[in-house]
Order: sequence, then structure tokens, then C-alpha cells
Amino acid sequence: MPVDARVEVATHCPYCALQCGMAVSEDRSVSPRDFPTNRGGLCQKGWTSASLLTTPGRLTTPLLRERRDAPLRPVGWTEALDYVALRLHELRDRHGPDAVGVFGGGGLTNEKAYLLGKFARVALGTSKIDYNGRFCMSSAAAAGIKAFGVDRGLPFPVADLADADAILLVGANVAETMPPFMRHVRPAADKGGLIVVDPRRTATAEAAALHLQPAPGTDLALALGMLHAVVADGLLQHSYITDRTTGFDEVWRIAAAWWPERVERITGVPAADQRAAVALLAKARNAYVLTARGTEQHATGVATVSAWINLCLALGLCGRAGSGFGCLTGQGNGQGGREHGQKADQLPGYRKIDDPTARAHVAGVWGVDPAELPGPGPSAYELLDSLGTERGPKALLTFGSNLVVSAPRAGHIADRLDSLELLVTADFILSETAAVADVVFPVTQWAEESGTMTNLEGRILLRGKAVTPPDGVRTDLDVLNGLAIRLGQPEERFPTDPETVFAELGRASAGGPADYSGISYDRLRDGEALHWPVPAADHPGTPRLFLDRFGHPDGRARFQPVEHTGPAEPPDPEFPLHATTGRVLQHYQSGAQTRRVPELLDASPEAFVEVHPDTALRLGVQDGQWATVTSRRGSVRARARYVPTIRPDTVFLPFHFPGAQRANLITNPALDPTSRMPEFKVCAVRLGPA
Amino acid sequence: MKITIVGYGMAGARLADHLRGSGASITVIGAEKHPAYNRILLSNVVAGSMAPASVLLHAPDWAADNGIDLRLGVAVAAIDPGAHRIRLTDESTVDYDALVLATGSNSWIPPTDGLVTDEGTLAPGVVAFRNLDDCRQIVDLATRDTPVAVIGGGLLGLEAARGLAGRGCAVTVVHAVSHLMERQLDPAGGHVLARVLGAMGLEFRLGQVATNYLPGKGLQLDDGSLVAAELVVVSAGARPETSLAEAAGVAVDHGILIDDSLRTSAPDVYAIGDCTRHPGTVGGLVQPAWEQAAALAKLLTGADPQARYRGTASVTRLKTRGVDLASMGEVHVEPHTTDAEVIRLEDPSRGRYTKLVLRDDRVTGAIVLGAPDVAAAVTQLHDRGTPAPPDRMALLLGRAMPAGEPSSDPAALPASTVICRCNTVDLGGLLGAWRDGARSFDCLVSTTKAGTGCGSCRDTVSALSQRLAEQNPHPDPDPDPEKLGCNT
Repeated sequence: MPVDARVEVATHCPYCALQCGMAVSEDRSVSPRDFPTNRGGLCQKGWTSASLLTTPGRLTTPLLRERRDAPLRPVGWTEALDYVALRLHELRDRHGPDAVGVFGGGGLTNEKAYLLGKFARVALGTSKIDYNGRFCMSSAAAAGIKAFGVDRGLPFPVADLADADAILLVGANVAETMPPFMRHVRPAADKGGLIVVDPRRTATAEAAALHLQPAPGTDLALALGMLHAVVADGLLQHSYITDRTTGFDEVWRIAAAWWPERVERITGVPAADQRAAVALLAKARNAYVLTARGTEQHATGVATVSAWINLCLALGLCGRAGSGFGCLTGQGNGQGGREHGQKADQLPGYRKIDDPTARAHVAGVWGVDPAELPGPGPSAYELLDSLGTERGPKALLTFGSNLVVSAPRAGHIADRLDSLELLVTADFILSETAAVADVVFPVTQWAEESGTMTNLEGRILLRGKAVTPPDGVRTDLDVLNGLAIRLGQPEERFPTDPETVFAELGRASAGGPADYSGISYDRLRDGEALHWPVPAADHPGTPRLFLDRFGHPDGRARFQPVEHTGPAEPPDPEFPLHATTGRVLQHYQSGAQTRRVPELLDASPEAFVEVHPDTALRLGVQDGQWATVTSRRGSVRARARYVPTIRPDTVFLPFHFPGAQRANLITNPALDPTSRMPEFKVCAVRLGPA
Repeated sequence: MKITIVGYGMAGARLADHLRGSGASITVIGAEKHPAYNRILLSNVVAGSMAPASVLLHAPDWAADNGIDLRLGVAVAAIDPGAHRIRLTDESTVDYDALVLATGSNSWIPPTDGLVTDEGTLAPGVVAFRNLDDCRQIVDLATRDTPVAVIGGGLLGLEAARGLAGRGCAVTVVHAVSHLMERQLDPAGGHVLARVLGAMGLEFRLGQVATNYLPGKGLQLDDGSLVAAELVVVSAGARPETSLAEAAGVAVDHGILIDDSLRTSAPDVYAIGDCTRHPGTVGGLVQPAWEQAAALAKLLTGADPQARYRGTASVTRLKTRGVDLASMGEVHVEPHTTDAEVIRLEDPSRGRYTKLVLRDDRVTGAIVLGAPDVAAAVTQLHDRGTPAPPDRMALLLGRAMPAGEPSSDPAALPASTVICRCNTVDLGGLLGAWRDGARSFDCLVSTTKAGTGCGSCRDTVSALSQRLAEQNPHPDPDPDPEKLGCNT
């Protein structure tokens, strides 16, 4: 079909979970759309996103090497697919189905995430599938399910925030990570109601009336101190707690021991500021508490998010129109990606894989025997840590992730990948992980294919195909289809048409918490705003959850008794500083995409380490010079940047850069007991000149 | 292993919490009739911001749920360390393998005539401020406009006085020393604090002693004056409760003497909390008691035989509405001493006073009144022993430090100033676009993308375009707007 170069296709940005509305035309130009999440705004990443479509180094042919020490050579699709299928057969024959692992991503469309999970469970029969969302949303997701019975990042439309008098942002630097989101926060900020919790004085904190600057790893104590202040200052919503919640008394017995002055000593946040923050939230007509990775990516991430939810419940904010609790999803499809079965313990529709009813339903849709479906597998870090070991997978297939840069304790994970007998990667460029793979499948990206995404507010979006992909590339769905057939699956079980896959996903999700069964591409093309659950074709969707009842059988929200324990690796004389990691505006995730956009690389070319000048001067580290940050796990090189507003006991590193500049060379893989989230946001380090 | 804890206050309850589930057989003896409560929160009860039920540490079924033998409303009559046995006031006995004394402290009652009856109890209208029952009594007696005298201008006395003033009582604090909180404040700090509390309606009689209590009338002071009071609250200090230990021959010297393993002089008898005296610790605070409980639990359960309690750096916070006061370490060092660095900042009319004592770049003492953010920063430096910033004044000023105010004229900023963070557009970029022909706000926005992200810099870009138009009323003719990609 010929395409008019000037015809614009309505789509969404390829990066974060805000999924800004934009239009892309066949001549590869981008313009913003007036969509509710971005209201006509785009950041530099969005404006420059089309240059990914013509990026030099685009892969247009499969690459293969039979031996690790040989260079990757271009091969045809048939040869590459045959080779991978043959090797997978061999490994499964020798070691059983769990010898093959699969690793997905929170940037994959719903269709890809769904088919990847089905491929792992049905075509490979492996339990060993997980995804990089484990490193992203898992703590907030687990805490949300514990408290509310359902996990949807924002259980309300993002546009609702504009009507708030007060917003508490915890570990969220939205001014850099999703800049147009600030448009929703601005009204509260203008009223003096924005409160930001962050060890750094970020661009977001600059916009706040009140910036609480806790030591990394002490957020849980801060939340307890604020809950204490709610009670001590007479702001507790007694009737709400009686009518809509359970478990407050037990939570209070813990928080009673965390009076704000005691919390101040641990966090460094003035007791007066804790009380002021609570008063702003309590006196607001409408108020929200929103968390993000800063407070979630800890070995106590679930407990910490639970503590923020407890605060929000004590103030009576949850399940009330115009107020509430939410977590800000990071990756483009971080929400949908955790709902459709690429998670180690889940089946489509946000169902649990160990629930017999869920297994029977999904197996019925897939036309297989429920008994053949594998059980829950290991979580992301545990899966990666076991690669190439006696009991771990001998082969790994990765889709939509760049583990060499993004995994915690990245040096160790790179070694584990090296020890595999077969590493297969699907990507559109030669990412750091693709570069060490045995087989690389060149796949379409974003505007070259159709698919749905579920944004941070649980709204399902259709990203339409806007441009013709280069010759030689195929979609991820094609790759899964090609491999599945070679593994003996009937062709129709792995469709390659996204709309067909979506219809099947809808059936598989029917009756689950994230029910998509009433959504169709036609409804999305018509521009309907559909937030899940959408259980029937005539159902209008659910923009606001919990207004009448929470997701637990008794309809009540559950306070969670959680206690502060502190970071897994406190500073000591050998490693006296806290290191924390995060994002810069110009880059997304491992930077695999954004480092290939010249404007973005110009603006942010290399790793840096933010350090207080007093601290740096004592250690002989000069502003603008290269420095080394060392933890028990490794060293990272970064250019020192003096920042007088950072805590003197803390340094900050962005994690978007490769090689010796990988922040994840130093991060601590201590895992949360529930979510298995690694402790990305705090470890003990020392700093010195490079 | 049979562990018996004497005392069900903050230290004893904490230890029992640490020990439960360890397999030890635990007995707890509490002289009061109700479950353990959080003494730190009693001033909230007096102030009326918390109900007595809110300060309980344990649910009523805590002991049953955890298999703990809890005896309430009964005291220990005697310890027999040789027999490893205690006798209770109800004549029952309990054998132990390890005995932990957590008996806390008692209010010290000053020798004012008439405060104590012949039977040894407090006179009608007189209440000590020590336990939950005291608080209930104070709350019952302190109705609005009741004149109240508080004996004692220390931490707890002032918290009670402030709470009662908040209830509408007319409160006078009688303090024998010439300035308030003399343990934690130097005279200058004490005077600023009195001024702050005075502005909240508290009256002070400093350096004066109550000689007589006249029921229904009030307190007569040593200068002959009368402080009218229908209620007298006594908070003049506490003494470690050591009588039981002393009678059993355990070594006592202003507290039961303990070592880093929380051992007393008697075998298998340990002690924690306010009843103890440890070489590195200031008494009367909860933090040391909790740290002692944590260390002792590790020792008794064998979880960490190397666990030791090495003392606690004490930080005192006055917890009362509208006053922010922190005091820590050595506060009485004179400003002109030569062996330490002392910095003071005094702003009495605004209720602020800060004093820092430093040795070898480390904060070894501080008083911070009326500067909450300074208190938080100084406390962290003190606790962690990290070097203080070279600019001591900046530390003392906290957030009062002047931030670089951005110029109101955007054109006057350096060219490298980032105007639009979302799209990495600096002033130089906007000026360049203007020179290239983007002569309007809309055209500047569409050519540079400034203002198209979060939108917060749009006002600045607009001001800049106006300013440039004013400065250059007759610029070169505009290049073709089509070519620029914008419609002017």
C-alpha cells in the first residue's frame, strides 16, 4: 500500500510510561498531539525520537556466530531461526526445558509481552521467564496488591492531579524523567502544595514548596514519622479508617515509636518539615501521594511503599474521587508489561500462575493441558545470577532489555551471560547486550509496527504503524512465530498480526484483575479512553478504581505493619558514602536508544557523579575531573560534578552509560523479600580521583 | 532458658519484643495495672492531642499471643541472686536463669512543705508527672482557666507546662535554677527559650524555690510571693529506681552499675534503661534504653555473643508544639575557650539561638533553638562524626542562606544558562534563534522547542522575546518564516 509522506499517524512516544501523544509521518517527522497525558507537550527525547528510525547502525539482517571468539556475521533469517531452534532443541534434550531462559522488558507492547510469556510456557515449556520490570515496578506492584488487592500504577486518570491542592512526590524526579507530567503537578505547585522527597535537590524538588531530603535508604522511617505526626497533630481520619480499612491499630503501635524528632535523627529531615508536609496533605481539599523508583528500588522496597500507603490511608485519601495514592510507572509499557504473563509468577490478566483456576482458564484459551504449564520461576536477578551454572539455564533469549548495562552488579551479570552456551537477543540496534550475543534478530521498533501499550494510568493506547520498516527486519511477533514453528508448535498458536494477538490476549485476560476482554483495536482507533478493567465490549472502562470498594474480598484497604530497618549496606569507614543512582532528562533506561540520538548525546554525553563540594575537596576530587566511585562490587568512572545542594554524605550517578561508566557496576543486588527488587538506590561507596 | 524481666516500661517491653519467638521462656513483671505504654508520648496526652489508649505499646492480648507470662499490678519484693529466684509482693516466687532489671526511675519530690502528706502520699491537688495514671489525673484536674504551677523547668516539666497552656490553663513554672533546662542549655540559650515560651503564655519564676504548698491557694516561694495554683504538677527530676537491687547486694552508684554486656555485679542479673548507670551514657532518655535492650536480646538469645552496648551519643529534643529545640553533647563550653571552637548566633527577639562546639572539625556539642533545618543537619554531623562544612556560618544559617536569585531580566543572564530544561535550550540558543529571524514568542518556541515540555519556562521565553523586541526596535528584515519552520 503506498503511503503519503505527509500523512500523519496518531501514535505515542517510544520512551516512558507517560506515553505522550504524538503524530509521526512517513517522512519521519514528529509533532505533539493534545493528548490528556501530555497536553501538547514533548520533552527533548520525544521531539528527537524519530531520529531512531534512521539511526546509523540499524540492524537489517540477523547476525550469528558459532563460536564466542568469532565475530558476528550477517546471515539470512532462515539460517538464524534454524540455528537457534536447533540449539534450543539440543539443550532441552540434554538438560530439560528449564535449560532455556527468557528475559523480557517493560517496553514491549502488550501483544509482545503476552506472546513472549506464552512462548516460554508453551513452546519452550520453561518456568524461567522474567523481565526487567522486576527492576522497575515490582515493589510498588506488590505493595499495591497487599494494600488494595489490585495493582494499577495510578488508579485514576493522570489529568485528575490538576485539581489537587497538595501532591507528595516520593523518590520521583518527574521534571526530568517525564517532563510533560509537570503540567499536571503545576497547579498544586503554584498553590504551594508540592512536596518532594528526594536525597537530591532535583529539578522537581526545585519546584516544590517543601523539599524533604532524607538520607538514602531511610524513607520508611520518614513515612513512619509522618504517620506519627498525623496522629499527634490530630489529623487522623477516624471514620474513614473505621469504614474503609483494616489493620490500623497494629500499624500505629509501630509508628507510635517513630516520633518525628527520632525520625529526624535517622533521616536528617527536620521534624518541623515532617509536620509541615503532613499538614499540607491533611488540609488540602484534594491530595495525592505518588511514589516512584527512588523509594521503591530498595531491598525494603515493598515495606517502604506500604509505609507511604499507610500514610495515605491514615489521611483518608485513597479510593476518594480527587485524591489518592499512586505509583508512577517508569518504562513505556511498565504497566501492561506486568499484566500479561512475562513475569515469573504470573499468567495473562494479572493472574497468579500457581492458582489452579487461572491455569485452567489460560490453558483453555491456549488449547493446552493445564498440567503442562510450568509453575513459578525465579525472579529476574536470581534468574540472571544462575545463568550458565549447573542448575541454571544454558541459553537465554532476551527481548526489549539491555542487561549488560541495566542489571544490578552488572559486571557479574556480564560474566554470567558470557558463561551461557547460547545467548539470543532481539533488538533494532547492536546494544551492549546484543554485541555479546551468539545470535541477534533485527526487529522493528515503535513507529514501524502496531501494538498496544498500557500507560501509567492503566489506559490502553494503540500505537499505530506510521512508517515502513527497513528491508530485512521483522517484528518480535514474527521471531516468536518462526521459532515456535521450528519447536513443533502449530503456526496458528503464535499469530504475527498484532490485532489477532490482542484479541486472544483479551480472552486470556477475561475475568482476571487486568481484564482487557472488552477492548478492541476498533474501540481504540475510535479514540475511546479505556482504562482497565474493561470486562465487556459495551463496558466504558474504569478510569477510577476503588471509589466504592477496594479490591480485597471484604472491600477494605489493608494497613500493612512495616518497620524501618535501614539500607542493606550501611556506610562504614572503608566505604563511607552513600551512592544512589537515577536518570537524566536526555536518556532513557540503559541509553541504548537515546545515546544514538545526536542531540541527546550532545546534551548529556557521559557519566557524571554529583558530589557536595565539601566532600569532594576533602577527597581531592576536582570539579569537572574524572573520578572513581568504588563499592564492594566494582568501580565506575564518572566526571565529578560539584552540587552544593546534595547531601554531603551522598553521591549520585546516572545509570545510562556503558562500559567503565556503568553505574550498575557498583550497585547492590540485595533483594526485597517479596518483590525481589534489587537495592539500586543505595549502597556504600568511596570516592576518589580517577 | 528462663528470662525474667522486672519492669514493663519502655525498656522492659522493648526487650520482651526482641526476645519473643526466641524459644526462651519469658516472664515480665509490671507494677502498673495496664499494658506498657510509650512514656515519650505522655506530654501528648497532657496536651490532649492523644488519647491514653494511643500511647499503649502493646495490644491487650500481646502477652497471650506471644506466650509470655505477664504479671501486672504486682511488684517484686526481693531478689535472691544466689537461688536465682525472686519473690513478688503477692508472695509468689519466680525462678530465673537470667534476670533483667528494668525498673526505671521515680519522680524526685522536692522538700516543699505540704507537698507530701503524713502518709507519704502526694497532697490533694499535687500530681507528679511520671506515669499514665498521673497524666489521667492531670487531665481531669486541668480544666480551662485553671491556674497551674509546674515545679521544674527541665525537659518534661516544660513539655507538660506547654501542653497545659495549650489546654487554656494559666501556667507558672517554678524552677530552682536561674535558667531553664540547665543540663541541656547554657544561660543564654535558657533565656531565649524562656522568652519563646513566655510569648506562648507561660509564666516563669526562675532561681526560686517553693517553700510551702497551700492547698487551694498555690505555692509560696522563698521570696514570700505566692504562685496561685489549683493544681501543682511536679517534674523536678527523676532518680533511678534501685532499691530492689541495693537490697539484693547489687552494686549501685546513682543507678545500677552495668558494663558493656549489660551485666550488673551479680551473676546472671542484668539491667537496662533508666534504672542503670553506664559509663558512656546520659540517663533519662529512651534511645539508650532501646539500644541496651537490642544488645541484651542478642546476648541472651545467643544470636550475637559479641554484641555490646558502647553508649549512646545523647541528643535531647524538646517535643512541644511551636518550639523546636535540640541539644547535644558538650553545651557548656565557654565561647572564648582556646581548646575548642565555639560559634554562637543569638536572635532572642525572633526566638532563635544556636551554639556549636567543635573539636578537630567535628561537632561535639550544640544547642539549636528555633532553626529546625539547622537542628537536623547538626544532629547528623554530631551522630555520625563527619567533618563539619568549612563554612560554619552557612551551617548555622541553614535554609536562611541566600540562594542566588535569578535575574528578573533574562537577557542579562549568561548565555549558557539553561532556560528550558526539558529540551536543553540555553539562553544562547534562544538568542541565536532570534538573530536567525525567530522574532516572536511563538516562533522562538517552535524553532527551539523551548517551553514545549513541562511548559514552566514559557513566561521566561515570553519576557525574553519582549525584551529583545524592545532592545532592537528595527531589526534586519525577517527571513522567510516558511524557511524557519514557523509562522510569525
